[in-house]
Amino acid sequence: MKKNITSFLSCFLILQVSAQINSNFLRREAKDTASIHLNMDATYNRPFLKSDKLPIALGGYAEANYQYIKEDGISEGHQFQMRRTTLFFSSSIANRFSFLSEIEFEDGTKEINIEFAALDFEISSLLNIRSGIVMNPIGAFNQNHDGPKWDFVDRPISATQLLPATFSNVGFGIYGKTGNKVWVYGYEFYLTNGLNNRIIENEESKTFLPAVKKDIDRFEESFNGSFLTTAKITAKKNNVGELGLSWMGGVYNKFQDDGFILDKKRRADVFAIDFNTKISKINTAITAEWAWVKVGVPETYTEQFGKNQQGGFIDFVKPIFRTKIFGVEKSIVNVVLRIEYVDWNKGKFKSINENIAEDVFSIVSGISWRPTSETVFRINYRYNWQKDILGNPTTKLGGIQIGVSTYF
Amino acid sequence: MSKKFRFVVGFLFCLIGLIGCAKLFPKAPEDDETLDGPILGLSTEQLKIFLSGDALFSEVFTPEKGLGPLFISNSCKSCHAGDGKGHAFSTLIRFGQTNTLGNQFLNQGGPQLQHRAIPGFQPEQIPAGALFSKFIPPANTGLGFLEAVTDATILALADENDLNNDGISGRPNWITIPSYTKLRVNAIQQNSKYIGRFGKKASVYDLQQQTANAYNQDMGICSNFELVDTYSGQIVDPEVSNQTINDLVFYLQTLKAPIQREQNNPDVFIGKRVFIEIGCGKCHTPQLKTGPSTINVLSNKNIFPYTDLLLHDMGAEFDDGYTEGSANTNEWRTPPLWGLGLSKNAQGGQYFLMHDGRARSIEQAILLHKGEGEQVKNKYQGLTTSDKNKLIKFLESL
Ligand code: HEC
Ligand code: HEC
Repeated sequence: MKKNITSFLSCFLILQVSAQINSNFLRREAKDTASIHLNMDATYNRPFLKSDKLPIALGGYAEANYQYIKEDGISEGHQFQMRRTTLFFSSSIANRFSFLSEIEFEDGTKEINIEFAALDFEISSLLNIRSGIVMNPIGAFNQNHDGPKWDFVDRPISATQLLPATFSNVGFGIYGKTGNKVWVYGYEFYLTNGLNNRIIENEESKTFLPAVKKDIDRFEESFNGSFLTTAKITAKKNNVGELGLSWMGGVYNKFQDDGFILDKKRRADVFAIDFNTKISKINTAITAEWAWVKVGVPETYTEQFGKNQQGGFIDFVKPIFRTKIFGVEKSIVNVVLRIEYVDWNKGKFKSINENIAEDVFSIVSGISWRPTSETVFRINYRYNWQKDILGNPTTKLGGIQIGVSTYF
Repeated sequence: MSKKFRFVVGFLFCLIGLIGCAKLFPKAPEDDETLDGPILGLSTEQLKIFLSGDALFSEVFTPEKGLGPLFISNSCKSCHAGDGKGHAFSTLIRFGQTNTLGNQFLNQGGPQLQHRAIPGFQPEQIPAGALFSKFIPPANTGLGFLEAVTDATILALADENDLNNDGISGRPNWITIPSYTKLRVNAIQQNSKYIGRFGKKASVYDLQQQTANAYNQDMGICSNFELVDTYSGQIVDPEVSNQTINDLVFYLQTLKAPIQREQNNPDVFIGKRVFIEIGCGKCHTPQLKTGPSTINVLSNKNIFPYTDLLLHDMGAEFDDGYTEGSANTNEWRTPPLWGLGLSKNAQGGQYFLMHDGRARSIEQAILLHKGEGEQVKNKYQGLTTSDKNKLIKFLESL
């Protein structure tokens, strides 16, 4: 048994070593560690490999896992999943101009998405212009979603099933930050193509913002010719934490076609608050996000599609050892806990004035091992309690997930 | 090995150990706690069709897939959660037929009100002057068995002119069947009409008609069986295939009959005796026998549905002024009571009983029995509290 475990683990170690081959040709770009970082800096603040012979820096990460989950006693059995492989390329085209693109292969090659492909022009640190496929800064997870940064196998439910995960759109915007040694303030403002009617016309049978991503034409044309506006302001105090307030909203329905008015304009708006901090007293990092969604669902449609939604998560990550494990010096072992909740349909049935359920509550606990800051092995135990729209007996889901995520 | 390392390895082993004893995973509910699931004894081929039908039952329709333009809900499952009963939210309304001469409002959206519409369309409203009934979705379990009961068995339970003088005079609903319907073996005919058995008014002949109608009237989905769009009134292209209808019908036919719980509980035992003694069983016939069926597991089986599949006059309070087939406006089909105790699990933790969900508890449902049910209800009221409780305990065990 012991032998098996060692050989299993040594495979991972070999992976680690092979990543360092060719170090003469490629060198790691030092991450910018000098300034205080905000969530909005996540796109560029990643480990890149750079060669003097190439004009671009390369990077990427991959996530794979094993899981065994049972829902009310029924399981799909043992599952290995290649959740995603992401490649990013960045280049400084000229002084003050840089370009970064991020391409993601999800679930093998089932979904291939350009998550980000934008040209940045820096006028000053307070004013940058970004255009191309941009990541809408709603909440913090959307911009800062790289697997290796998180100590959980799954992305938060609220960041994938309430808000669309890695939600990016074609458009442009401005951003910037300012501050001193103690405080940093940032802002972002984007106008993009955006929403569509899939929010309330989808097979989830609930108001579902992530369904917007199913429209494959959305990078090519706007569904209804109106802007999706996203704005975010952030403040961070050194040694205290970072607080972000964001809003994203726009018209989601096709209110006109060929110059004819078809319907009135119906909006979807999201307001989110995100926060992260590290409480040194208990040596615990806390990351939390909460979002409220408001959608103008036609009165004459069905109450299965809620007008109001909310949800979020709070993560606790506490390092318990920083020691030599499997020969890796100073590797860190964390205990982790996530509590999350999503209510897809806040409100009451018109017919009987009773609560509409359609919600999920979940707890994920686990251990993560970080041999380096760029690689994380994690083992999670998840338990969900989910209710259908009528509030019938809870569906329970529980299971084990073991995974690895690493930059390369 | 360092102490800490051993701690981590220890932790992992504990976890693996826990997984081993399966304590970490939610358990499946017992078979008698759920309504869904197939009849035992299906062949693997049959199970495959069952699974396909199960998926179709849960399939959510979007406007893109044909939902509407007028509709009431977007999947079978949304109205029959876990194959159980429905909720005030999924209740539908029918209007416009006040006597046996047919529906007077067919060209004004009748018989069924589609009170929801996809974005950009206006839903229907009940036309002025039309009387209506509300229908709360019934459970879908054990229906294959009920479909396999012969016409002769149903007719034998009827007593239209109350010849036995017990105040109860069940009669079948003689209906005109759709052109696509295949008659069952030994079907009985009267003036070119046949016996209906599904629906609260027993106005539906079989599960195929019920399914094609549900797609069309409840979701605005047309099939080769029901090709007229409820919005435009025009014949349109089918939005689901014949195979879809067939598989879904097979699924309904092979859903297991609800399994009684606590059968050996003495209170339940006494409750059942009280049920029979005071005459509930005169309409809620405890046992029926199926005839021949093309699905062998359904043939010649004794079943315990607690229904006679006949119409009964339930009194003035149940006369909504709406009817179907040859039923009177105050007549309703005796609903099967099997699965009654599990109703709450599909109705959001509460009861909505009787055709429109007006009864919010089993006792309330009993007390609402009037007309042909009046005498038996009076007998119920005359019971001791202890016997009443046992009767209800029995009903909850079904
Ligand atoms: C809008 C909610 C709704 C939807 C959607 C719906 N049903 Fe129903 N269903 C009902 C109601 C209400 C009744 C009772 C109708 C009646 O009594 O005539 C019913 C009756 C039935 C019955 C007859 C049960 C009995 O005991 O007589 C069956 C079978 C059935 N539905 C199956 C389906 C299938 C299959 C679908 C999907 C194709 C479906 N239903 C979709 C509400 C719904
Ligand atoms: C005359 C026939 C008759 C008799 C006798 C009778 N019932 Fe009923 N019962 C009905 C009919 C018909 C309905 C459905 C009424 C409706 O749909 O609105 C019904 C409905 C019910 C319901 C609600 C079921 C549901 O799914 O909504 C219950 C519970 C019930 N009966 C129990 C009893 C009990 C207990 C007795 C004996 C005390 C009894 N019934 C006697 C005909 C009868």
